[in-house]
Formats: sequence, structure tokens, C-alpha cells
Amino acid sequence: MKARVFVTLKSGVLDPQGKAIQHALEGLGFGGVNDVRVGKLIELDLADGTSEADVKSMCEKLLANTVIENYKIETVG
Amino acid sequence: MKSAVIVFPGSNCDRDLAVAFEAVSGSKPTMIWHRETELPEGLDLIGVPGGFSYGDYLRSGAMAARSPVMRAVADAAARGTFVLGICNGFQVLTETGLLPGALMRNAGTHFVCRDVALSVDNSQSAFTSRYSAGERVSFPVAHHDGNFFADADTLDRLENEGRVAFRYAEKVNGSARDIAGILNDAGNVLGMMPHPERVIEKAHGSTDGRRLFEGLLEGLMARA
Repeated sequence: MKARVFVTLKSGVLDPQGKAIQHALEGLGFGGVNDVRVGKLIELDLADGTSEADVKSMCEKLLANTVIENYKIETVG
Repeated sequence: MKSAVIVFPGSNCDRDLAVAFEAVSGSKPTMIWHRETELPEGLDLIGVPGGFSYGDYLRSGAMAARSPVMRAVADAAARGTFVLGICNGFQVLTETGLLPGALMRNAGTHFVCRDVALSVDNSQSAFTSRYSAGERVSFPVAHHDGNFFADADTLDRLENEGRVAFRYAEKVNGSARDIAGILNDAGNVLGMMPHPERVIEKAHGSTDGRRLFEGLLEGLMARA
């Protein structure tokens, strides 16, 4: 079983890295990029029988800092 | 004063902090490797040093915060032992939940490494008793993730409860309300991004940081 965890900054939390990327895109001539937010994708290869609740607990305890980040879990297979 | 300094893989201010503890107290701190599950008996002060623990993997301080020794540090903090987290140590303390908020990438995205002007917001804490309220001091900073973030309610609470120890007196990293260092609600845990341990001797160019350690020592002696 595999799970993909998407960690993103909460709305309202400034993302200086995203801003820098937005400016770089503008510099390359890509107009019309209104905003850029950078997140993380964490891929987990899990033993069969690992529950989604286990993955949620991993997110809460380590993978995301819920003060500033949201997470979304996608299980594959 | 019985003190300890926690050492993580990637800590690099641990020895400076140990020197500062010894310079004011005359006794050497015990260096504690992050795999330890117990701390020496009767500690008065625990230092969580700066550096780049675990290479800042995942988030600054995130991996260190889950290391075995931090459970023992949290237990000691709950019993009233003083805990001082500097730079990466501050990041570790927020990641463990001993202090609220989070330290995000600097607003300008640059690593900032220079002396910065600070104002002492609360001179009543054990850590700041040797300073006067509103006093300007200068400490070095050296960080990439020092941009303090917390929701508005938390920031209000920190301010109303006098838990902002230091503020930046100039633009540094985009920190909410210019916060440079905060206390826990009991006042025995301080986390701060600037480095007081780097300005304790004349040869450092300034001794502004020395009073933080001297004040702590004085507080401990008054307790005993």
C-alpha cells in the first residue's frame, strides 16, 4: 500500500518562497501568474494493513506542522 | 548551577552555549546527546543550542523535536527547570510544543547573518531581569527560518501576558509583531532567534548577551 501526503501552507500564511518563484516566472516572461504557493509531497510505502488513521497520526505527529500547514492524504492501491 | 546542553546531529552552537554557561556560573554543563532518554538529576538549566539539527530536514527543528531526549526536556520544563532555546533551539521548542507558533522562512528568503538591534520587551522574566524594559541591545542573528508566525489570538495572548521577551528594533526577517523571543506561560522556557551566547566577552565586540546568563544565575540562586 502506498500513500501520498500533500503538505501545504495554510491560507493566510505568507510563502516567501512562492513569492520568489512568482517573480522568477514573471522574469521569464510568464505573465498572469497571480500567486504561487509551494508545498511538499511525501510518498510513503506502507506495510499492508496500515490504516488511514495511522497515516493521519503520522501527519499530526511529524509530517505536517499544523500550526502553519494543512495536509491531505491520498492512498494508492 | 547545574546545567546541561543538548547536542543533536548538526548542532553547531552547543560549545558556544556551554562556554557561556560556564563563564557565568563557573561550572561546566553536561553535554547530552540527543539519543539519551534521561537527564542528570537536579538540573537547573537546559540549553537547546543553535545549528542545523538533522540538516533542517522536513522543517527546521522538526526531527530534533521528536528525538528521545526532548521528551525528558519537556518533562523537566513541566517541573520548572529553566530551558533556553537559541536559534535552532527555538525552532525545536516550537516544534515540540513547549512554545507556541512556528518559525518560517525569512520574509526576504535570504539567510540573515549580522548583528541586529533588539528591544527588551519584558524585563521581569528570569531570563531578562538584568535588562531594563525597553532597553536596546545588539545580538547577532544567523538564520534562514526566523520569521515567527502565530495566529492573531496567540500573538495577542503572548503580548497581553508579557511573554514577548525580545523584539527586533529593525526589519530582520518578517516576524509577526517583530517578535524575536518568547516565553512559555510559566516563564521558565525562553526561545529566541538571536544569539546572546555570541556576545558575552569583550573580545566578541559586545557583552550585551552576558546579562541574560547572569540574570538566570541570580534567579537560580534566589530560588535555592
